[in-house]
Amino acid sequence: MARILASGDTALVVEFGDTIDRDINDRVLALADRIEQAAIPGVVEQVPTFRSLMVHYDPEVLLFAELAERVRGFLSGLSAKAHVDRLWVLPTCYGGDLGPDLEEVAAATGMSPEDVIRTHSAETYHVYVVGFLPGWPYMGDLPARLALPRREIPRVKVPMGAVCIAQRMTGIYPIESPGGWHLLGRTPVRMFDKRRSKPVLLTPGDSVRYEPVTRAEYDRLEALAENGELDLRPQGATQ
Amino acid sequence: MTATLKVIQPGLSTTVQDLGRTGGQRFGIPVSGAADPIALRAANVVVGNAQGMAGLEIVLMGPLLEVQADSVRVAVAGGAASIEITGEGGEVRRVPALQSARLVRGERLRVGAVPGSAVAYLAIEGGFDLAPFQGSLSTYVRGGFGGFDGRALSDGDLLPLRHLEVDERSEVRLPGLKLTTQSRIRVVLGPQDNYFTPEAIKTFLGAEYTVSHEADRMGIRLDGPKLTHTRGYNIVSDGIAPGAIQVPGNGLPIILLADRQSTGGYPKIATVISVDLPALGRASPGAKLMFDAVTVEVAQALRREFGVRMQALAATLIAVRSDGFDLARLMSENLVSGVIDGQDDVTMFAL
Repeated sequence: MARILASGDTALVVEFGDTIDRDINDRVLALADRIEQAAIPGVVEQVPTFRSLMVHYDPEVLLFAELAERVRGFLSGLSAKAHVDRLWVLPTCYGGDLGPDLEEVAAATGMSPEDVIRTHSAETYHVYVVGFLPGWPYMGDLPARLALPRREIPRVKVPMGAVCIAQRMTGIYPIESPGGWHLLGRTPVRMFDKRRSKPVLLTPGDSVRYEPVTRAEYDRLEALAENGELDLRPQGATQ
Repeated sequence: MTATLKVIQPGLSTTVQDLGRTGGQRFGIPVSGAADPIALRAANVVVGNAQGMAGLEIVLMGPLLEVQADSVRVAVAGGAASIEITGEGGEVRRVPALQSARLVRGERLRVGAVPGSAVAYLAIEGGFDLAPFQGSLSTYVRGGFGGFDGRALSDGDLLPLRHLEVDERSEVRLPGLKLTTQSRIRVVLGPQDNYFTPEAIKTFLGAEYTVSHEADRMGIRLDGPKLTHTRGYNIVSDGIAPGAIQVPGNGLPIILLADRQSTGGYPKIATVISVDLPALGRASPGAKLMFDAVTVEVAQALRREFGVRMQALAATLIAVRSDGFDLARLMSENLVSGVIDGQDDVTMFAL
């Protein structure tokens, strides 16, 4: 049963659980859609997360009690599959200086580097949440064989485009940032590009697959991306 | 002919900010915006702008700017910040907080130290001629976007202005607005107050906390009594409201402010109510804070009263005589009795 909580006087939280779970996340996204469609005056924006939905609102227009009542109405009969996925295939160059942790991950998981690449790129990942940094996608579920805790000592600088893993998640650094995830490779696709009309590429609910490419192909695509000419499109609905 | 303000000295950390960027939090784009939105709105009202127009946010020590337009009208708001204007011949005049001033080409303005607040805002009539990013001119330095080139001002920058010149008219001031810090901060408990022991809640609401040196636009780390979690301090990340008070493993609260990330993974014991958030934007390291719990209903009633007061701000403007003689202030300070001269200059200024 979902709980409706106040976070101060300008945000309402609908909490569906306290775990990372695909069903829970699907219900979060479905509720966000229903609230979006209802176009409730005073709702400012929504932030879907793994297991809860935050609704930011203007209390000069809408009171907590009023919004809570509307939300309660949407919760009954919430279908978990109201979401249409888009599949993004992201070219990724694994290993070498672009994936400095590949060997270490292979050693820690008892696999060969080639197996790590095959396992990581065979999966289709679900974008649970976009947050932490502008455009950072939390994607899962990473196969259990690849699950490792974060690095003991985080790097001071992780480059933009770094494809990484930690626990049962995979992610991509949208901008240069400190970070403690294991770096397997690099994608030239920009998760965040302020030159685009929609600066952030991925939306919660999207699907993502990594496609291994050679260093030469990576360099070619990276040059295009640098000039803002790498126009990647999603491959339509997956379901 | 272009109109600009030239940055001679940038100040400690001067950024373009408006009331923030909404709609991007689901993509990890923070709201940002003025740390003290009341001060920004007030400064805008004084120069005749819409309240939400972007101004310069000044942190502790302000910039020195040169007017490279025919004329500009400016006002500063925040603590007891004032503007020092130097003419081309070297003559100096001072304009107090919340009072407008018209400057002409070649004049320089300096906002020095900001007494009584960590932040002040410089509003310019007509605002800046900058392209908004995702609907806002707020600068988010970590992401390198918004405002002027996504960064704080530096020497030699030319800030483009919308107006090449401004009307000559009577200057105005806004009396009776206090933009200083306050030590009692009201909160609504939750959304994860159930992650703390009853003693921890009592401590949080009874003890005095100090703003540490780790205080910036993203948040404020507090020093004081540690708070004990009941079931660990890692939660699966969820949304972060403005003013959310999260408590990581060391038990010391962090209040999340304008540049906060949109999601986070520590339990949030309480959330500062929206009418008290601007006071936290004004708080400097060393400031003492105490927290009082209120219900969300009380917080929202306060917010609605606040909204009505803010809407009425322009109606409280008072004209200042062109010779700088501030009749209203003298009267309010009880220094003038009997003769009232130049009554026409003391008009309510309706915008």
